[in-house]
Amino acid sequence: MTDSFVLAGKTFNSRLIIGTGKYRSHEEMQRAHKASGAEMVTVAVNRVPLDRATESFLDYLAPEMQILPNTAGCYDAEHAIRTARLAREALETDWIKLEVIGDKVTLLPDNEQTLEAAKVLVKEGFIVMPYFTDDLIMAKKLLDIGCPCVMPLAAPIGSGMGVQNPSNLKIMREQLPDATIIVDAGVGVPSDAAIAMELGADAILMNTAIAEAKDAAQMATAMNYAVKAGRLSYLSGRMPKRLYASASSPIEGAIK
Amino acid sequence: MKVLINGETKEIAEEINLAELLERFSLSAARVAVELNKEVVRKKDWNSITIRDADKIEIIHFVGGG
Repeated sequence: MTDSFVLAGKTFNSRLIIGTGKYRSHEEMQRAHKASGAEMVTVAVNRVPLDRATESFLDYLAPEMQILPNTAGCYDAEHAIRTARLAREALETDWIKLEVIGDKVTLLPDNEQTLEAAKVLVKEGFIVMPYFTDDLIMAKKLLDIGCPCVMPLAAPIGSGMGVQNPSNLKIMREQLPDATIIVDAGVGVPSDAAIAMELGADAILMNTAIAEAKDAAQMATAMNYAVKAGRLSYLSGRMPKRLYASASSPIEGAIK
Repeated sequence: MKVLINGETKEIAEEINLAELLERFSLSAARVAVELNKEVVRKKDWNSITIRDADKIEIIHFVGGG
């Protein structure tokens, strides 16, 4: 079954987007990327060390992958905008995962600064994929100013806590039926990914859950299945929840 | 003259352009980007921009991230 999703005119067959951070080795990352089936990977923008020669990290990414640079580590709109511009110049891509952090301990997004940065970057022609708190009104504002998707968190970055507020995601899905919603951050295990997809997310972005697994490639495979399973479940329409039992076998006709 | 590169103060004796500065640090132009005083400098302009005293330069590349 083909169930691709389109973002900014580009078609993706995988609804799993994965990161490149925290892996114990480049080889482990490559095995995990392959196992995940992902077609888009995030990378971070960072100062080049001046005291030693460095190899290009990008050489370890499969050439067919869509590279999505992020603005991680930025605490205000100005730094995020500058980082996005540098990423575009280096990679010759308009794609940017916009991340403006509001607090070092929780790494929760600064929604106000995110919106400010998104406005500027959209006007400059960027394909802005904004990470933000799972808030419907903020999602509407981000879509209104021209973001092609919204990326609400499931839980704090790297926490592995899973979807903390399923109602918010469900409401966002129901109120924004045409929007592309990508759950970003907080997934810990495949069941978390499946829950987010069952709630109607179009895709999921994750990093730590795979990179910090004891067997990253195997976890990437599991996440691949979970995203697919959750998506199929959402499309299938779940049975209603009932407080009491409903027999699966005929009640009448049992021997007496 | 003194310039600030990636937050580090560096002494530069002679007049050089941005391309020459990057060569000095053995940085290949591929997949690196440069910002001069908070404005991105296009690769095609690296040869024509001369470094000045007190310039603030940021040179970035890519690392693993989520």
